Amino acid sequence: MTMISDVDHPQGGVRKPVLSLRGISKHFGAVSALTNVDLDVHAGEVVALVGDNGAGKSTLVKILAGVHQPTSGTIAFDGEQVVLSDPAAALALGIATVFQDLALCENLDVVANIFLGRELNPMRLDEVSMELRAWTLLNELSARIPSVREPVASLSGGQRQTVAIARSLLTEPKLILLDEPTAALGVAQTAEVLDLVERVRARGLGVIMISHNMEDVRAVADRIVVLRLGRNNGEFEPDASNQDLVTAITGADENSVSRRASRRRAHQSPEQRR
Amino acid sequence: MTGDTQRVLTARPLDRSDERVKHTDTFGNMFSAFVDRVRSGDLGSLPVVVGLVVICTAFESLNPVFLAPNNLVNLLFDCSTVGVISLGIVCILMVGEIDLSVGSVSGFASALVGVLWVGQDWPVVVAIATALVLGAAIGALYAFLFNRLGMPSFVSTLAGLLGWLGLQLYLLGSSGSINLPYGSPLVDFGQMLVMPPIVSYMLAAVASLVMFVTGYRTAARRRQAGLSASSLGRMVLQALLVTIVLEFIVYYLNLGRGVPWMFGLFVGLCVVMNYALTRTKWGRSMSAVGGNREAARRAGINVRRVYATAFMLCSTLAAAGGILAAARLASSSQQAGTGDVNLNAIAAAVIGGTSLFGGRGSAYSALLGIIVIQSIASGLTLLDLSSSLRYMITGAVLAIAVIVDSLARRSRLSHGRA
Repeated sequence: MTMISDVDHPQGGVRKPVLSLRGISKHFGAVSALTNVDLDVHAGEVVALVGDNGAGKSTLVKILAGVHQPTSGTIAFDGEQVVLSDPAAALALGIATVFQDLALCENLDVVANIFLGRELNPMRLDEVSMELRAWTLLNELSARIPSVREPVASLSGGQRQTVAIARSLLTEPKLILLDEPTAALGVAQTAEVLDLVERVRARGLGVIMISHNMEDVRAVADRIVVLRLGRNNGEFEPDASNQDLVTAITGADENSVSRRASRRRAHQSPEQRR
Repeated sequence: MTGDTQRVLTARPLDRSDERVKHTDTFGNMFSAFVDRVRSGDLGSLPVVVGLVVICTAFESLNPVFLAPNNLVNLLFDCSTVGVISLGIVCILMVGEIDLSVGSVSGFASALVGVLWVGQDWPVVVAIATALVLGAAIGALYAFLFNRLGMPSFVSTLAGLLGWLGLQLYLLGSSGSINLPYGSPLVDFGQMLVMPPIVSYMLAAVASLVMFVTGYRTAARRRQAGLSASSLGRMVLQALLVTIVLEFIVYYLNLGRGVPWMFGLFVGLCVVMNYALTRTKWGRSMSAVGGNREAARRAGINVRRVYATAFMLCSTLAAAGGILAAARLASSSQQAGTGDVNLNAIAAAVIGGTSLFGGRGSAYSALLGIIVIQSIASGLTLLDLSSSLRYMITGAVLAIAVIVDSLARRSRLSHGRA
């Protein structure tokens, strides 16, 4: 197993982390969604957060975005202890989030959604500059949005995803949280988002990316953090074997994925022998 | 010039580069786009215009006094009082909440002005200011109950409906009504004051001029930025059309007593509210909260403050409407703000096109809606129908308006227009 035992950056730097979580727990009534989770993200690093359904990935992201408040544990951002009491506090610190359950207002158009809460010229909205900036952001993402003046309700899932990502890039954030950023995207858009993640990293920002797609994860992540049933369950380098990752995610050598794989081998082998 | 080279490089404007979207730059396209919009459920103010035409022809054929200039002037006086209340309802409906107590708040405000001004001999301005401040305080109370205690606005304002009515009756005491002195500025404003003809013509001209100039400047800026913009010819045509319609209305009213200042105040409030709702950050937040509260919160909007402003504006405008109603009737009575005031204010906003489900609406829907409601009331009064029939007919009109709203909403959802 290529587990990394400590929190040192794989490239061996001694930089201080942008974000450092210690002992984060979150209870929803009797359910413990997260128990004693630790996580570090350095500047210019892409951390992939993987785990099965119900592992607590989205809960962790929502805590970092200020949507939920942790039951216990500490959050340090840029070396200072912070309390993320609401989404506005997280945004003010420079934590931008693309949520899985897209947080867009369907009755507003694309420009209004991208600039929501950060409109230019509050007393006399500068629609022209906002529309221009919206087009620039969307073109950077190679988005295929027919019109930025149509309500978001008329867009497809992938187009909404692109709008949500464009939204998060509007204010130069220090840390970007992407919850399943490629789940609703086509082939070209997925590649664009992965490119974008790399561009963001090159600019020295930290990225936390949740994904179920191991290919995407390996393509861009510097470090893979596994959560299982709300607890840390190992950290891996992107070149770790699939077997190791699946074992960490499901929690057993003998699991449904390995059983399936061996069944397939058993089916194929007679034909291959012929 | 970088702007010029950019324009050469991209022959089409930045927002016209996707060939899948139909654009409506020519007049023929404009018409077919309008038909498409209506068919997909984006009705805008079409139901109101159709409704008004039906109402006018029906009542005019039954009683030719209906469209007489002086009847219309009276109608506009009556519109202004409930219209101001309805403007507040537009605010609260925008965020997807409701205030059922606007009638009682208006009655309370009218009683308070009567008691303070006539009973206690306070200066009239101070009495009015006190009533407005207390109106805002009532809204702040609803906002507190809603934000901090999670009390649904439906329930808290229903309690308010009874509570403020009780307070109104208590203030008025056993006499039951206070007469406001005839000849005082407030009563004159509510009953008599009309604009001199020249002023009304000028105001109509200024309105269309301002519309044209802002439109022209926006188009110029958009073109400079490489975005598409509406053509000069189209804007001139629009401005001319608006000028002709407005000037004709003013001319017709001037055949009678003229344009009431009180109606001018109401329209002015509508214009200000429309600007605030469409062109400011606050207005954007109101639509966002009404459309998707959680998304607005995650965008960093202070949702509680948005709700608080909506509740406070609504009850302040309700108090203002109550004061205007007292001026109109020259009395503060136990009947003020009771009966159909609540219903009419809410109905006007909905008939005008503000959605009961939040996130969609316009300040002008209060203006259009209240004209429809008051036309029906005025027409039925001219026909000498009893209030029993008036209630039934107004109720039916409201029901139809809400049905149209929910059908249009369903159609919008299936056509992806939300």
